[in-house]
Formats: sequence, C-alpha cells, structure tokens
Amino acid sequence: MKILTKHPKVVQFLVLLTAFFALCLLISPSDSNFLWRLPPLLEHLPFIINDSVRYLMFDWMPIQVYDPVIEDYEEKPLFREMTRTVSSLFLFIINFVREIFLGGNKTVVAFTSWDFINDNPWARWPALPWTVIAGWAIILGYKLQGRGLAILAGVCTIYVAIFGQWKPSMETLSFVMIAAPVSVLLGLVLGIWAYRNKLVETALNPLLNVAQTMPHYSYLVPVIVLFGVGDHAAAIATIVFATPPMVRLTLLGLKKVPSDIVDSGMMSGCNRFQLMFRVLVPTARRDILIGVNQVVMQCLAMTVIASFIGAQGLGSNLMIALNSLRVGTGIEIGVCIVLIAVMLDKMSLAWANKQTDYFANLNFVQRNKLLLIAAVVFVVGVILAFVGSYLFRDGFNYLYIVPHNKGITTAPLWQATVDWIWDTFFYVLKSFNEFLITSILVPMKNMYLAMPVAATFLLMMGTGYILAGLRQALIIGGFLLFIALSEYWDRALITAYIASFAVIVSAVLGITIGSLCAQSNAASKFLLLVCDFLQTFPSFIYLIPVIMLFGITDTSVIIATVVYATVPAARYTVEGLRSVPQVLHDAGSMLGVSRLQRWVSIELPLAFPHIMLGVNQTVIFALFMVIIGAFIGTTDLGQLILKAISDPQGTGIGLTLGLCVAFIGLAVDQIIRTWANARKKALNLA
Amino acid sequence: MSASTNTVIKCESVYKIFGNNAKDILAESNGIVDSQKFLEAGLIVGVNDVSFEVKQGELLVIMGLSGSGKSTLLRCISRLTDATAGKIFVDGQDLLELNQKQLIELRRNKMGMVFQSFGLLPHKTVLENIAFPLQVKGISTRDSIQRALEMIRLVGLEGRDTYFPRELSGGQQQRVGIARSLAVEPDIWFLDEPFSALDPLIRKEMQDEFLRLQSVLSKTIMFVTHDFDEALRLADRIAIMKDGVVEQLDTPSNIVLHPATEYVRKFTEDVPREKVLTVESVMDLADESEPLGDLKVSVDAIVESVAEDILGQEKPVAVVDSNNKIVGTLHSSHVIKVLFGGRSQETPKR
Repeated sequence: MKILTKHPKVVQFLVLLTAFFALCLLISPSDSNFLWRLPPLLEHLPFIINDSVRYLMFDWMPIQVYDPVIEDYEEKPLFREMTRTVSSLFLFIINFVREIFLGGNKTVVAFTSWDFINDNPWARWPALPWTVIAGWAIILGYKLQGRGLAILAGVCTIYVAIFGQWKPSMETLSFVMIAAPVSVLLGLVLGIWAYRNKLVETALNPLLNVAQTMPHYSYLVPVIVLFGVGDHAAAIATIVFATPPMVRLTLLGLKKVPSDIVDSGMMSGCNRFQLMFRVLVPTARRDILIGVNQVVMQCLAMTVIASFIGAQGLGSNLMIALNSLRVGTGIEIGVCIVLIAVMLDKMSLAWANKQTDYFANLNFVQRNKLLLIAAVVFVVGVILAFVGSYLFRDGFNYLYIVPHNKGITTAPLWQATVDWIWDTFFYVLKSFNEFLITSILVPMKNMYLAMPVAATFLLMMGTGYILAGLRQALIIGGFLLFIALSEYWDRALITAYIASFAVIVSAVLGITIGSLCAQSNAASKFLLLVCDFLQTFPSFIYLIPVIMLFGITDTSVIIATVVYATVPAARYTVEGLRSVPQVLHDAGSMLGVSRLQRWVSIELPLAFPHIMLGVNQTVIFALFMVIIGAFIGTTDLGQLILKAISDPQGTGIGLTLGLCVAFIGLAVDQIIRTWANARKKALNLA
Repeated sequence: MSASTNTVIKCESVYKIFGNNAKDILAESNGIVDSQKFLEAGLIVGVNDVSFEVKQGELLVIMGLSGSGKSTLLRCISRLTDATAGKIFVDGQDLLELNQKQLIELRRNKMGMVFQSFGLLPHKTVLENIAFPLQVKGISTRDSIQRALEMIRLVGLEGRDTYFPRELSGGQQQRVGIARSLAVEPDIWFLDEPFSALDPLIRKEMQDEFLRLQSVLSKTIMFVTHDFDEALRLADRIAIMKDGVVEQLDTPSNIVLHPATEYVRKFTEDVPREKVLTVESVMDLADESEPLGDLKVSVDAIVESVAEDILGQEKPVAVVDSNNKIVGTLHSSHVIKVLFGGRSQETPKR
C-alpha cells in the first residue's frame, strides 16, 4: 500500500488500465454502436479537398494570357499558370544541370524549338566524359578539405562509373543538386523569418509538426495534381519534404546563439543584415549544418519515393530491381545512393567549415593551381574519350560514359548468396516467418482491432493526462478524433499495431545495446559512429537485405522497421547515459554502490527523459518505415496512400491518409515530449 | 586622473523598467519608483532614476552585486536596450533620439565594448574577430587585417592570429575581446565585467594589462564590475548601485572614508585603507612654522606606496602637488593610524 501512496501515478495508471479493459469487455462490437466505432463523419473530407484543389487549379481567378500558338489572348486560371511557371522553371534547371553531366538537347530546345533540333542534329550539348567529372570531384574534395575527402570523392565517382550506374546516378545527382539548395535556402529564409517574428514562429510550428510526421507518399498526390508528373514534380515534392527540418534547425540554432555574441555584433556596428548573416547565422552554423545534412539525406531518401511521380535515376531503378527481386542489383544501387549521400554530406560540411588564409603570398599559378589542374583534367578526359571512341569502336565507349548496366557487376554473386541462403535456411526462415506471423503478429493485430474506439480514446487520453496534463490530453483527443471520424480507423489500427510492435522491439534492443555500449568510452564512440553511418542510409536501403532474406512479406517490413528505428533509441540511450555528470558517478562510487546499482539508481533515472526522447524518435521512424513498407506489401494506411497515387480522387484521400499517419505520430510525440521536457526540468537537466 | 572638463557621457534621470506597459506605469508614478511595489505589479526595475556625468579620459567604475542593475545601465548607455525614460547624451548628442543608422554610425566610430563572456565569434579566427568591426564598417580586407595585426601586438597575442577562440584560454580570449573593441579606435570604451569570468591570478594580470593600455590610450571608460577591490584598483570614480539606484558616486578614497549609506559602508569595512587612501586625504594642511624633512611626496600618491619611506623619517614630510608646491605635511603618526588604526579615530584633515 505504501508504494501506492508514494507513487500516485502508479495508482492512476492502474485505474486507467482497469477502466480500459472494462470498456473493452463491455462494449459490444456492432457498427451502430458509437462506442465501438465512430461514424465516418469526415468521409467527405477527401472530396472536399479534391474539389477545392480543383477549383483552385481550374476556375479560380482567371487571367488573360497571350498564347503564341493561336496568336491571341486566352483566359487561364491564375493558379495553374503559377504552378506551370514553377514547373517549367524547375524542369529547365534540372535538365540544364543534367545535360552538363550527361549531354542532351533539351536546354537547346528551351531556347529554340524542336523543329530547330530536327533541322540541326548537331545542336546538342555533349556530355562530359565521366573521367572528367570524377577528376573534378576529387579536386573539389581536395580543395574543400584535403586528401581524405578527395579519396572519398574518387571512390564514390569511380564506383558509380565502373558499376554501370553512371547515368542514373547523374540523373539523381542533378535532381538533388536542385532540390537540396532550394530546400536549404527556403529553410534558412523561413527559419530566419520565424526567428525575427514570433507570430510566424507560432504559425509555422504546427505546420512543421504535421509536415515532419506526414509520410512521404502523401505529398505525392497533391504534387501530381498541382505540378504534373516528372523530375520537376519530384524535385518539388522533395523540397516540400526536406524543408521542414531545415527550418526547425535554423530556428533552433539561431535561438541558441548566446546573447553576448549578439550584443558584441551590435556593438561592432553591424546593421540588421550584417548581424544576421555575419554574426547570427555563422554562429548557429552547427545546427544549420545538421539541417543541411538532413536535407541531403531527405533528398536521397526521396529519390526512390519520387520515382513514383516520374523522377528518373537511381530511385526508379532501385524500385524496379526490388520489385523484381533482383537483390544483387538492388544492393549495388543502394551502395551508389549511400556513397552519393555520404559524399554530398561531407562536401557540404567541408565547404561550410572552410577557412581563408590571409597571409599566403601566392602568384597566379599557385593561387589557381587547382583550377589549372581541373582544366588539365578536362583536356585529358576529353582526349581519353576520343581515344576511347577508336578503342571501343564497335561497342560502348567506356572512357566516355559507361552505359547503364554495362559496367562490372557483382549482382550474380549476391544472387548466388541469396539463393544459397534460401536453399540452406529455407525452413529456418520459413518457420521463423510463420511463427512471427501466426503467434505474434496476427494475434496482436486482432487484439488491436478488437479495441472499441471509446477504450482507445480512454487509454491514450488518460495516459496523456497522467504524464503530460489536461491540455496535452485534449490535444491528443483531437488528433484521435480526426482519425476516428475518417473512414480509416481500422487501417490506422493496423498501422499502429505494426508500428507499436516494431517500436517495442526497437526500444528494447536500442536501450539494451545503448546501455551496454555506454559502459565504455570506446564502445560508446563506436556505437555513435555506427549510428551516424546508419543514419546516412536513406530509409529504403534497409529494405534490401531483409527482402533478400524474407522475400516480400510483413516480416520483411517489420524487420527493416526494427533495424531502422533501433538507431535513434540506441543513440539517445548512449547520449543520455554518457551525459550523466562525472561528479555523480564519483559520488555514487564513494557511497559504495556497485556497478549495477549505479546504473539502476543513478544513471538510468537521470538519463531516462533523454532515452524517452529517443523512443519518441523511434516511433516517428517506425511509422515512416511502416508506411514505406507498404510498397512491398502491407495492408495498412500506407497501402491506401500508395493506391491513392493512381486514383483521380487521390489528392484528398492521400492527404487525409497522410494526416491520419501524422496524427498517430503527433499523439505519441505530444505525450513523450511534454513528459520528457518536464522531467528534464525537474531533474535540472534542461 | 587628468580629467579635462569635457563631458562625454551624461545621464539624466535614466530609468529602465522591464515588463508590459512599463512606460505608461512609469509615467503615472511621476518618477518615484518603488521597486518592491513595481515587482508586485509584475514589473522589474532595472535602473531607477540614475543621473551622472563622465568626463573625457575618466574611468568610471559601476560597482554592484548581481541584479543591482549595473549591466542594465551600461546596456542603456550603449543602447543595446532602450531606456524606459530619461535622457542619455553622448558627446552632446541625445542617444535616444538617434535613428538606427545614426546609432550604427556611432557604434562603428565612437564606441567599443568588452563583454563578460567575451562574445567572440566562434567561426572566426583571432585575426578575423579583431578585424570584424572594421570589415563591418566597410574597410578593405587588406587594411582591416593590417590594423588587426597591430591590435594583436598591442594586447600581446602575437603568433595566435590563426587560432580559434575555442583554442584559447579565458584570459587570451578576453585579450581578443579587448583588441576587437579597440580596433576602431573608439573614444568611449565600455567594459561589462570583463574579468569576472577569469581566475584570480589571470584577473590580476588582466587588470595590470588594462591599466597599462589605459595609460597609453586615455579613453573615456565605463567599467562594470561586482568586485569592489577591482573597482578600487582601477577607478577614477566609483558608482555603487543597489536595486537600480546609485547609492554613492565618488572617488575611491571618499567612498572608503565617507560611505554614504549603510550598504556602501559594508563594502568598505574590510578594505585595506592604505591601498585606497591618497596622501591628500590624510595629510595636514601646510603649516609654515613646522620644520619639514627632506622627503617630498605627491598629493596623489597612495599611502601604501609611500608608507615605508615616511615611517623612516623623524620630521614630518612635505606633501607637494604637481607643480612641486608644498600643499601639506604628513606625520608618520597619520600613516601609522591608516595602517593600524581603527576606523573610528580616522578623521581626514583637509
């Protein structure tokens, strides 16, 4: 009894659970019973959204536009003209960059016409030989940081070339090189604006919350409607997705700038512009650079998803490979994406950290040494390409552009490995798969589906109330209500079940691994390094090896999700445990606690709020991955979103479904984050 | 101490009150502010009816414990925050009337400031930090770097120009802060607890360095500190603040000898007098009849510095002013009183 009076929250939880189970037993499952399932009052929401978008696109604000073909003014809706202009602008830039890499005639067309091209077949931009681009990448890496980055750039470009992924890689790169800078700029601008203006911050905050928890897929449909299909649409979808973390981190970084530095900037006589761009932004650069890194990662993660709406490049190839179970090719493409991600990440980091040397007294040649070498590389590369055209007279000129899938490939090797694994472990894998599905997943799924809606509300809002207070409980109730009133409650429950299963496994795994590694310096460092490395992988990559082992099943999705979502749990656990002050360790040791006691009664309680923030991340990561998993076949919300892409009514459905997923994430996020922050404050950690 | 009569900074009834509608509430109170009552109304009084003048070349120290409003006062005068009411004149210009552009001009050319936690830009090297105010002004990279190098030499950081702030010790970082604040050759120098974040030994060293710089540069200085010893050591005049009010503004010796309030007296209790009092404040007025010894001491000398010599004399010592005119005499008994006597017997003779 004593324990109950000492911990009132435990009592509250017990009461809550009793009430929850009572409701589960008492409420009979029938469609007319509102306590069992709420009526889908919001079922028309998708259509309302659709109609509004349609109205906006086709009827709103007609303006007179001069049409050169019919040589007269024509009435066109303003909004569509705007999106068209944006589309063509993006398309032009993407093609321009792409043709610098790969050659082509679209840029020429943009300034002339297709007729001109047909009459003048010479009028096309030649591709740069891959040797030149590889050389330039190496020089750039050297210039930015030194030998290490040069080697990385070399390995990356040469790998891409000799494995025959040159063309799709350059396509992907050209689209990332547009999407990433635009996202970074947009994020910076919005972040700065929010920093300057409290009102903007307040308005942006919920938008960012939703945008960051909406699954990637749900952006695709509206983008198709507004901007059509193609690389530009993919770039725009990517920008929409990659900008929110940049805004967040910019704002966070700016807010963290010490007031002394702001004051010193003012007293140095900075005007507003100088204060922002020479004092505030550079001082906040650590966080802003994390933002840039996130943008690059998001862009590469989106390459695959964006291939649904017509992005060319590695993503669409990877999707095709995975769909046809060509795991070997999939692995090679995956490595390509990871390499490009790592290279871009390191280069942007090095660029931002670059220093100027004021004292070097150099002559022209010394100062422009690398530029001159780059020019030499260009000439040599072109000559090599010409030589190549004689060497490889009948086939492909390997010194110019290694054609797609004509490079070295290790795919048969991987395929053989997969076959061997299947042959050898077929029964083991199959029985594991069956065990997981029949003994754990299906019963769990049925349990979730057997929950009356009233009980779910009680459980979630009650937990929110106990841990985070009334305000949070009401917010959570609002999120749930939206899902419950939509048509997708049952699907949402399925999503929740897969996600929560993955979260439980990931959290247990991550906290265990993290706690073990936190015991030694070397192990913690190593684990953080591994986490860094794993987080550079776009989410799709995780699917490749599991498909290799388990084929296209729910098990694959769950395992990929678990691996993906364990990373934040492990990282936050290590960070949390390592940040327990040394003096407390010492105090504990002097009090004579054993290692286990120290861990249980000193380290864990202090690190727990931070660990919970890690679990929060795990939830978001798991939701993302579960939705992405739809693409290899699960039956939850994700699959519906995927279907919506090819549905003419898709915009509204896609957005509604996206909001459902986002709200599941946000409901959990509200509870954990509020609790963890309050707890941190109570422990004097914040 | 050679203060000319030019007034550089002048404050007239400056108030700084934090909170909503501070201006209106202050206007209603007719300038009589009770910080306790204001606090109950949700307002925090930072600076309360402060008026003073700083002459050219003078070093005014503002002393007070944390929360006394000393830094707020300095921020008002540098206009990092806007005073709620009152007038602040810098070189005769009303600071609060300046628009943003004029204010930036003023800061670029006339003001330099040193901060407690240095306020160095973490992404710039020592050299770039010092050159920053110049570059902001639009001076070419070449010239600003040249000037920054001179400043590095002035504060004794040669060879560290390519270091980043994080690679320097606290004392070195503050040298950078000092060099940066002096780079534009300002007339007015603000220092906001510049040495408080440093270790005692380094602090002493930096104070010496500061006095050396001031003897070369003769700026008009406002120096904020919570350290009474530091104030005594450096100041021409000290303003002691409590709850936003200036309790006393006077020379160090007068503050020690005549504390105006109980609060000030508490600070002065443990101060070693010989380190503060000047010969002038303990001498007898010149008496023609008295036979004097050969030794002459300056009116401005601190008692401690001449005590040993005076105690060695049998006759009273002549006290001379800067024109070598005898203005008073000093008996060894006075010196003994300062050194060993209780505070009650101490009556300054002028």
